[in-house]
Parts: sequence; C-alpha cells; structure tokens
Amino acid sequence: MKEFIIRNLSVKYSDDNESLRNVSIEIESHAITVLFGPAGGGKSTFLRVLNRLNDLADVKEIKGEVIFNGQNILDPQTDVIELRRKVGMVFSRPVPLPLSVFDNVAYGLVMAGEHRRERLQEAVEKALKQAFLWEEVSDRLKESAYSLSGGQQQRVCLARVLALEPDVILLDEPTSALDPIATANIEEMLRQLKQQYTIIIAPHNVQQAARVADYAAFFLMGELIEYGSGIDLFQVPKDQRTSDYVTGRFG
Amino acid sequence: MKNSQYQGNRIINSVIRITGYSSVLFVLLILFFLLREGLPALGSTPLASLFSLRWYPIEGYFGIVPLILGSLLVTVIATLIALPFGICTAVFLAEVAPSWLRDILKPIIEILAGIPSVVLGFIGILVFVPFIRKFLDIPTGLTAFTGALLLGLISIPTIVSVAEDALNTVPGSYRQAALALGATQWQTIWHVTLPAAKSGVLTAVMLGIGRSLGETMAVMMVTGNAPVMPVHLNSIFAPVRTMTATIASEMGEVASGSQHYQVLFFIGIILFLLSLVINISASLVSTRSRGRAERLLS
Amino acid sequence: MNATDLGKSKTIQAIGFSFLRLITAITAIPIIGLVIYIVVKGAPAISWEFLSAAPTNGMRDGGILPAIIGTIYLTLGTAIFSVPLGILAGIYLAEYASENLWTRLIRIAIINLAGIPSVVYGLFGLGLFVIFLKLGTSILAASLTLSIMTLPTIISTTEEALRSVPNSFRVVSTSLGASKWQTVRQITLPQALPGIVTGVILGLERAAGETAPILFTGATFFLPHLPSSPLDPTMALPYHIYVISTQIPGMPIQIQYGTVVVLLIFVLGMNVIATLIRSNARKKRQW
Repeated sequence: MKEFIIRNLSVKYSDDNESLRNVSIEIESHAITVLFGPAGGGKSTFLRVLNRLNDLADVKEIKGEVIFNGQNILDPQTDVIELRRKVGMVFSRPVPLPLSVFDNVAYGLVMAGEHRRERLQEAVEKALKQAFLWEEVSDRLKESAYSLSGGQQQRVCLARVLALEPDVILLDEPTSALDPIATANIEEMLRQLKQQYTIIIAPHNVQQAARVADYAAFFLMGELIEYGSGIDLFQVPKDQRTSDYVTGRFG
Repeated sequence: MKNSQYQGNRIINSVIRITGYSSVLFVLLILFFLLREGLPALGSTPLASLFSLRWYPIEGYFGIVPLILGSLLVTVIATLIALPFGICTAVFLAEVAPSWLRDILKPIIEILAGIPSVVLGFIGILVFVPFIRKFLDIPTGLTAFTGALLLGLISIPTIVSVAEDALNTVPGSYRQAALALGATQWQTIWHVTLPAAKSGVLTAVMLGIGRSLGETMAVMMVTGNAPVMPVHLNSIFAPVRTMTATIASEMGEVASGSQHYQVLFFIGIILFLLSLVINISASLVSTRSRGRAERLLS
Repeated sequence: MNATDLGKSKTIQAIGFSFLRLITAITAIPIIGLVIYIVVKGAPAISWEFLSAAPTNGMRDGGILPAIIGTIYLTLGTAIFSVPLGILAGIYLAEYASENLWTRLIRIAIINLAGIPSVVYGLFGLGLFVIFLKLGTSILAASLTLSIMTLPTIISTTEEALRSVPNSFRVVSTSLGASKWQTVRQITLPQALPGIVTGVILGLERAAGETAPILFTGATFFLPHLPSSPLDPTMALPYHIYVISTQIPGMPIQIQYGTVVVLLIFVLGMNVIATLIRSNARKKRQW
C-alpha cells in the first residue's frame, strides 16, 4: 500500500532558490524509506512538505500533488493541524520543549484537547516504552527534559511523536548529534517501529542510509535521480550519479 | 481538534490582529484631537498675529515665534553639550572600558535615565540656578543655559545607549582587519569603527534631540519662563520660554475653548509635527538600532 | 611605519584614552553625586509619620500619604490599560505579522508614540478623556493618558522578548499539531515572560515619574480627602514636588527633599526590581 503518492512536486523559495524540481515518487507504508544525497539536495524540503511544515518557511511557490489518505495535502483547505498529528517529525538536533519530560511527551495530546490525567499517563508511558526510554526516565518524569543526555533527549523527541499515534514518522538526520551507541539504539528502534508506522528518514551519511533502508531515493540538486529498493540502490544502482555518490566519488 | 477550539482560535487571532494595529489608531487619535482643539486657533487668530514676535496672552498677543525660538535655543545648546559627552562615553564603554568597569558604568547611566524630570528640575532650582547666578555674576540663574545644561543631562543616557549599541553592532572583523594593518586601537576607533556605526550614532543624536525638544518639567522649572525673543548672544544667559513650558504653565488657567486655549493646542500641534519629523527621520537613518531606540525613547 | 611614528601613535592613544576616561567620569560621577546628595538631604525628613500621614498646615507640614497613594493608583491604572494591550500588540508583531507595508506602518506609529512630548500627551488626554469623554480631571483620565504613553515601551520590549525565544521551539510545537496561538501561549510567551515583565516595570516606572501628562488630566494639589473613585482627581508625587518647589512660599526645604527621596525610591526601586528579574531569568534559563 502506498502511504504517499507524490506527483510533479516543485518547491521554490522566496530567494528564487528552486529547492525541489518535478519530484514524483510513491512511498510504501510500513517500511523504512531512506532519502539520501549530498547537502542541498532538497531532502529536508521534501520532508517538510509531507507535514506542511514548510508553511513556516519563506516558500514562494509549490506545484504538484501530494496524496495522503486519499487527499491532496497541498490543497489550502487541508486541516494541517490534523495532518501534523498523523505525520510526525523528529529533527536533527534534539529540541526538548522547555517543559518536564512528561509534559514534553504529552504535549501533542494536550494541544489536541486531551486533558484527562489517566489517559495522558497511559499514553506517555506507552510512548516512552516504544522509544525504549521508559525504564530510564520513569522516575524522572517531572524533571526538566534538559536534564537528560543527548541520546535520551532525542528519544523523548521520538516519544513525543509516538504519543500522538501517527501513521507516519519523518526523521531528518535524527542521529547527527548523537554518539554511535545512541545511534545504534535509534536505528534498532526504527526497525521495530516500521511494523506499525511508515518511516521516512533522511540520514546524514550514506552508511546509515544503507543500514536501515527498505527503500531508498537519491536526491541531487532538487531532483529525484533514482528510487528503488535499498538493495538495488546501494549495491546495483542504475544511474551513474547514484553509483558515484554511493561509492564516495563525490559527496 | 474540537470545533470549539477552532472557533476560539479564530477569535483570539482576530483580537491579536486588532491590538496590533492599535498603535496606528492612537497616533491618528492624538493627531485628530490636537487638530480638533488647535486648528480653530487659525480661525480666531490671524496668521500674522500668530507668528508675530510678542507672546502676552493677557493683552491678546499670541505671537509664538519667541516660544519656538526659545525651544530651539535650549535644544541646540543642550545637544551641543550632550553630544561630546554622550559620544565619548559611548565610545569609552563600547571600545575601551574593561568589562568590570562597563558593568558598573552602564547601570549608573541607566539610573540617570530613570530619574524623573521633575526631580532634575528640582535639583536644577536648588543647585544649578544659584550656582550659575554666582558663577557668571548675572541677575538670575534662571536662564536658557541652565535649562540646556539640564536637558543635556537628560539626553545623555539616550545618546549613550543607542550609540553604544550601534558601536557594538560593528563586526569585530572590521577592528581586527584595521589592527592587523598596524593601526592602534585609537586610530581604529576613529577611522574605522565609528564611521561604520555612523547611521546608529546619527540615530542616537536625533533621538537625543527629540528628547530635548519634548522635555517639559525640567525646562519649565529653570529657564525663567520669560517669553522674550532670544536673538542676542547673551540671550543664552537670560531667561527664555519654551513651547513645552508655555503649554504646561498656562493650560491650567485658560477657559476651555477660549482663544488662548486654542493657541496652546496649536503649539501642541507644532510640537507633535516636529517630533513626527525627527522620529521618522531617525528611523529612516537607522537600520538595526531601531528596536533598542524604540525602547529607549519610551 | 617606523619606530617614531609608532611611538607617536601610541602617545596619542594614551592621551586619547585618558581623555575618554575623563569625559566618562565627568558624565558618570555627577549622577551618583546627585543621588547621594538628594538622599542625604532628604533622608532626615523620612519617618513613618511622613509616609503615612496627610499633609497639614497648607502642605507645609505633616506627611505625604495622599501623594504616595495617588502615585500608586495612577501606576496601577496605567498598568491595567497598557499591559494587556501592549503585550497582545507585541505578540502580534513578533508572531503574527509578516514584514509588509502595513507592519511598517505599525512600527512607524510606535516610534512616533514613543517620541511624542509628554506635555502633548497631556493636551491629548485633556481633549479626549477629560473633555470629550467627559471623564473630568480624574484618576481614570490620567491613567488612560499615561497608558497610551507607556504603550510603545511595552510593545517593543514584548516583541523583543518574544523574538529572543529560539525559533526551534515554534517549529517543534507546530510539528506536534499546535496552532499558532497554542504555541504562543504554551511555549513562547512563558519563556519570554521575564523579559516582558522587565519591560513592563520599566514602562510603569516612567509613568510613575511623569508630571506633564497628569497636569491637566488628573493631578491636583489640595485634596481634602483621599480619592474615593476613579473619577476623582488625586494628588501625585511628581506633581506635588513641582508645586512645593515652585509655588509654595515658606515650604520647608527638608520636606521638599524628603518628598523627592520618596519618589526616587519608588522609581529607582522599580528599576532595581526589573534588573533583578532580568538577571535572575538569565541564570535560570534552561536553554
């Protein structure tokens, strides 16, 4: 089943920088799709279109279609707030909100109008368990999220998203600020999570991309060069540019 | 999201939008009421009389020229006094002073900014006025110069803060480049840093001028309030009347709607327009200093 | 540059720096001297009776309680009107407005409000509140006048405080499905609060010390009793100081200084509180 169907997506910023040019791709659900390529390729922009977070940036023009749950989310009538609850995002630097651990994880639910104490406690515990963080922080829920280590903070950010029970989880270089052990933890977590969620990740290096990818898409200078299964793209790429990048000839 | 939440959101967003535009509303409101009460002066008093050289309302003389000149005289001298002190202090704080000294001096300057003008006027009467009288051996210490001294004191914190901000905004790379070419710090300040902060410093001066022009209580208490034409050099050391002091001292005794009342409002219109011109010019001149300048002006 | 040139430049620099030091000292030392002088001359007049009793003998004796109460009322009145309006307007500028012509207009209006002479505010207050809205010379009219005067300070400091909150918080909050107002209310505003409070206090501090705006809108000198409603006129410290130092013959000098000291403590005290809040918040900040 396709989670997203994207046709002819083009994004131009107010400085006339064309961030995405005519991208068409279909994202498989319940799988890890990896977006990789050199910096400036448009991966971050692409991710932010999927949860309409690009509304916060200086976008001059968006063309094309992004079909999610049968609707084009680029339509101005879209309920973007509902969309963002279904399509969550984890960012490259852990950004805990200036609240306690509990309030961080419960934030999305509280914003959605959930105020019942027991419901929130259930949801927070479930999300923290899914992020493999519950045992470490269950006695520190009332402390500031800033008192945790970097890896723990990033897992809080993940739990925050999971608490909303989304359909899709977007990750933009989620482990670039983390040490190798924390990185491995997150990668393992993603493999487990993909059974329940659709995962789209833009890793910060090719090795991580190769490790986790079920499907992969190579972005270069705003264009989608090649898309296919992880094995195909990293071992037998069809396009010369993909092969050059994967083997490190440029990057 | 529940429907009630969506509705609540829309209401709040509208409320915020309205309050955002409130300042425009208030400026227009102020202009409107000043015009409403002051424009009739043009009807009740012929222009020639309004711009004559004699201000003596009791006998029907409403010439505002001595008042305008009084304000100008005091403001100009105040700026001449405040400028060197203000800019040198700003340069010292931004470029020369060690940080421990800066941490002591800045609050001191801010204390001066916080002293109400009526208090400065009070000290002016009790300390400055007798001192000037004795020191310069003149009949009275209530002079334009005394007022200018106080005004200078009042404008210094504005000039110092905005100018220091402007100097701090100059990129460190400018200074480093100059020093690397063999210039001393002193030369760097005057040939590189200060010129680079030119627009900010100019803004500081203009805001200082605006502050001086609009000051009421301190000048009212020490300039002698004699609406004479300050046209000679010794007018500086003689009593004078500013526009602001005129309004403040005479408004309490006029009948609402009378000619005198209308002319006082008319003077208010002139002051409003003058401050409009100065402030818009200052904001056109400045680029980044604006935020801090807005706060300091207030 | 040869050695003598360098030597000359260094001498010039040494002289120059000393000159700057001197000028700064001449600027700063009198300020401290002034405050100390006032406190020394006025402290003897301060007693509990001075602060809590009403004036007697045509204001030449007794206490200054009505003036103190009056200033407190005016400051509170100013706060009631200017703080909510100013903060909301600041939120608009920082979080909602895009940088277009209308926003520029708002900013120009704020700069102008900030620069209008205080006596012109007095005229405006007289024209609108006292006469047109028929509020008469009253605490209400004076407070409304003072609040419009204080508005630019509160708007500017609120906007600056909000802008200093990292944008990443807004992005994260939005990505979790919060609306713009929810983000402001839950995250941005609370984090900006110390800066906003500091600005509010500084704005109110100025309102408390101003004389010209209340001259024709609410201040009075001889008041037989404390004001009983917002529509009553009131005594106020700044106006009191003005009258007793210029218009009352035989006014004891010590009482004059004492009254000034009380106003200074009120005003500079607010300054100190604001500074403490600002530095305390900086230390406690989590990010």
